Amino acid sequence: MKTILIIGAGSAIAQETARLFAKDGFSFYLSDLSGERLKIIADDLIAYGAKNVFYQEMDANNFEQHQAILNDAINKLKRIDFVLIAYGTLPNQEQILNDTLLIAKEFSTNATSVILLSSLIANYFEKIGDGRLAVISSVAGDRGRQSNYIYGSAKGAVSLFLQGLRNRFGPTNIKIITIKPCLVDTPMTAHLSKYFLYTKPEQIGIGIYNAINKGKDVVYLPFYWRCIMTLIKLIPERIFKKMRL
Amino acid sequence: MNKYEDYLSWGRYPRLYPKGVINFHWINEQLGMEDINGTILPYAYGKSYGDSCLNDNGTLIDTKRLNHIVSFDRKNSILKCEAGITIDKILKLIVPENYFLPVTPGTKHISIGGAIANDVHGKNHHIAGTFGCYINELELLRSDGEKIICNNEQNKEFFSATIGGMGLTGIITKAEFKLKKIQSQYIDTEYIKFDNIDEFFEINKESEANFEYTVAWIDCSFKYGSNTRGIYIRGNHIDTKPDKWNSKQEMMIPVPFELSLINLFTINAFNTLYYNMQISKLARKLTHYNSFFYPLDCVTDWYKAYGKKGFLQYQFVIPFENGKFALSEILKVIYESGKKSFMTVLKTFGDIKSPGLMSFPRKGITLAIDFSMDGPDTFKLLDELDEIVRSVGGGLYPAKDARMKPEDFKRFYPQWVNFAKFIDPKFSSSFWRRVTK
Repeated sequence: MKTILIIGAGSAIAQETARLFAKDGFSFYLSDLSGERLKIIADDLIAYGAKNVFYQEMDANNFEQHQAILNDAINKLKRIDFVLIAYGTLPNQEQILNDTLLIAKEFSTNATSVILLSSLIANYFEKIGDGRLAVISSVAGDRGRQSNYIYGSAKGAVSLFLQGLRNRFGPTNIKIITIKPCLVDTPMTAHLSKYFLYTKPEQIGIGIYNAINKGKDVVYLPFYWRCIMTLIKLIPERIFKKMRL
Repeated sequence: MNKYEDYLSWGRYPRLYPKGVINFHWINEQLGMEDINGTILPYAYGKSYGDSCLNDNGTLIDTKRLNHIVSFDRKNSILKCEAGITIDKILKLIVPENYFLPVTPGTKHISIGGAIANDVHGKNHHIAGTFGCYINELELLRSDGEKIICNNEQNKEFFSATIGGMGLTGIITKAEFKLKKIQSQYIDTEYIKFDNIDEFFEINKESEANFEYTVAWIDCSFKYGSNTRGIYIRGNHIDTKPDKWNSKQEMMIPVPFELSLINLFTINAFNTLYYNMQISKLARKLTHYNSFFYPLDCVTDWYKAYGKKGFLQYQFVIPFENGKFALSEILKVIYESGKKSFMTVLKTFGDIKSPGLMSFPRKGITLAIDFSMDGPDTFKLLDELDEIVRSVGGGLYPAKDARMKPEDFKRFYPQWVNFAKFIDPKFSSSFWRRVTK
């Protein structure tokens, strides 16, 4: 029996990924802000073929809760094979620029809490000598842009942290997978107008499912964003700083 | 470009925009519909052709995110789901486990809520009736926040009004319906060429007794009238053990932007080619369910091939009595007008009654035609066709309509007065305002 812990299970991308693991008969432990939503997702995953689905409400910004949730998940699932951390918030940067407490909160949600959870999970995997941790970062973390650098720097911190973890577990069975989706048509981006570069969460879900099963390192979704981001990163800073991005 | 360009209908005519769109993310969230000014209409994938899914200057509630399965009772073949889920998503779950929808329309990119609100039919109408015949229960969310559970016993009248109710009775949030068991994802398909309408009816009579799915394609590049030629397509699910589920992604051909590709030349070329690709009178092959039921789904956004002006669909049903004559007349009028339809589909409906109060299908002959939107000429032709449909006591399909006259709607659907009692006081659509004027 295979098991997966999903933190931020209510995200549209996480739900699509979870459905694919459910078809494979996985057991789940889900956490998210809203318990009512978790019930909806749990029923959905059972219908898709999940063996067992446990869930617990959690606010990731409540750091003291992390260890308890992880312990409960280990307890219920007996052993955790895979973990997916999928939550995040996309702030409207202009609205929070002058409020440092809001910036701190965004950074806590998108970076600090993710780093703390990843640390606990990494230690657990180290103890059992196996496991795969996938975290949804973002292409926005690859280079700072004026329109989005608070979200971007938080995602960048996560990417760098995961890179370090991956290095720590380099020779072992433990896999650390950084997922970098581009623009996805989800509730997080509902307020933005969509254009042709937007991808459906179903497609991203398939990409994450494959990346976890194959134990990849860094995955851009869709794959061609690796090329786009490589080009963006190659632009010299003295030119980049004058661009409106 | 209007910021609600994604909230038009499939025919891209009329281009009527809402003043606002509210995303319905979670079934348990409070939408606050009481506080919305103006009228409300649920909207999912906008695959209705005309204006029945539009609400100009009103609010649309986008239900696409309501895509969860509530339960899948494999033993009794019953699925319960939220109503924004697509047929595509359902099939991806149920087909590998050897279940299928009891009735499916010609595209899988529609929501279950839309399938119910338009009481859709498929190639098996002669033996299966409409999708509405398989619904056990519905959950309806009214604008005052009330949830109405309706089925054949409880709130029976709401149940009947909601099936085929064009989304006007409230938001369909959940639906429970029966599935059918299949043994394989392939259809044993036969293609028979016919050279005139009489021959179509001969083949049809024989086929309806022996085939679950029947439909005919008409070659509109050729002479219309009683000499209309076409290909009759009929099939059955095969009984053999299923092959391994082929999870390979289907090939999708995108139409990148609105470009007029459909004109008399391409229509003639396509239709002549399609008719002549089959040399023998009868051809037989195993067809995957995707290409059998959803042949056009591999071209994403094919409406764009009609260009900016969009197109009009016209689907009518006429009773069998005088039907053959009326059909020939209609085909003749179309032929003489010089206008041509890219895809013309002919089928006969059976007499299985739907629970839906406003359902379109009724026993008789149905024809679906599409015309590029060329302004007054196109309307004039359709008005002439209306006259024939009216004279033999037929009717038109609201889900495909953008121009039916109010007096015709009221004639085709005399039960509309009774239906109107069940419409949510805040709900309306561009279609409804137009036909009840």
